[in-house]
Amino acid sequence: MSKRILIVVPSVIAAKGLEQVFNDLGEFEVCAILRDMSGQELRSMAPDAVIVDPAIFDYASRGSVKARVAEYSDAAVIAFTTGPMDEEQQRQFDGVIGLMDTPPAVIKKVRAALEDRTEVPKAEGEELSQREKEILICVAKGMLNKEIADLYNISIYTVITHRKNITRKTGIKTVAGLTVYALLNNLIDMNSVE
Amino acid sequence: MNTSAHRHPVSPAMKMAELLDLDFSLLGVATRLGLHFGFGDTTVAEVCQKEGIDPETFLLICRVYAFDGYRPTQEALLAANLHDILKYLHQSHAYYMEVMVPEMATALEQMIKPCAEKQQRVIWRFFADYKEELAKHFAYEEGQVFPYVEAVLNKQSGARFTIGEYEENHSNVEEKLEDLKNLVMKYIPAQCNQQEAYKVLFYIYSLERDLNKHTFIEDDILVPMVGRMENHE
Repeated sequence: MSKRILIVVPSVIAAKGLEQVFNDLGEFEVCAILRDMSGQELRSMAPDAVIVDPAIFDYASRGSVKARVAEYSDAAVIAFTTGPMDEEQQRQFDGVIGLMDTPPAVIKKVRAALEDRTEVPKAEGEELSQREKEILICVAKGMLNKEIADLYNISIYTVITHRKNITRKTGIKTVAGLTVYALLNNLIDMNSVE
Repeated sequence: MNTSAHRHPVSPAMKMAELLDLDFSLLGVATRLGLHFGFGDTTVAEVCQKEGIDPETFLLICRVYAFDGYRPTQEALLAANLHDILKYLHQSHAYYMEVMVPEMATALEQMIKPCAEKQQRVIWRFFADYKEELAKHFAYEEGQVFPYVEAVLNKQSGARFTIGEYEENHSNVEEKLEDLKNLVMKYIPAQCNQQEAYKVLFYIYSLERDLNKHTFIEDDILVPMVGRMENHE
């Protein structure tokens, strides 16, 4: 699936140029070009990456651009700069694109920023919670999300969130892989899957 | 504007041995296209000509393997030879199924030998399922996609299939391989044979990288090339 990119750059020429870089590849999809940023739009578009010109903010709040985006979206935040930028400001971003960057350089920076982002939620403990173990057992037994939701009286959405967390913590994505994990960790018995 | 040539300094005039030395994955590319080791000082163009391979197409595949993030230019796609791309993809399938996967299977079998019978069964079955899925995926390409491409090449019309459908159906065979990697890396029982576990992981990593490049050649070289031919008919 292509990564959704939101461009928030007031210069039309620069924004169009950036869009051009992404459009030919298929790897990315520019979901919108905005001249200013609103929280509501950020939330509804759910981009994977936001390319933003810090100049849309006044000088005092340029140090907290990333934080402002993070309030509404977990997108990677990449600065687009037309001039020099002090190091302090630069550090908050997942990447910095300059006016003179070539298209391949832009692509590389965006890819790197997206990659960093996927590694972020590591801070929590990697141990599966009791509820996650219960759900893992159901998944390994071949139960559907709906069935698991009914069994524990929770919403399907919650089941999906648990499953996402199980995959993140174990590094195992497929049902077959999770079944092996459950069996090797003695969470289920051979007989219950055959 | 030919910036890619500037950034990826490989050319038909360079020595074959120097080209292959750039990245060891290129050894596989050369082997699958039937180029014979013992190159001496012959150039890429000379070796390719001798074996009837288009040097530009060979270099295109080499760039994909040697330079991560490389994207071929329109000119490179226009210049490439579809026969050679097909040959390469076909030979890769054969190599995966006849060499890499069996080697992985042997190592995996040895790795789990010290384990309890129940554990052996679980791990082995996961691997067997993966192997089957991979075989099915390749069989679809060999049975449906490649013959269609051949037909387009030979200007036989009447095929109902289009390359766009292939793009949609291109399932992701890499997920299970990644699971296998994590299972071996993180969760196999302690009594597993460690030397063999290393081998299994080594094969997984090679196959993972190779499949990644292979998919790129299918999606970003084969598909657009065939798509253009469809449109020009």
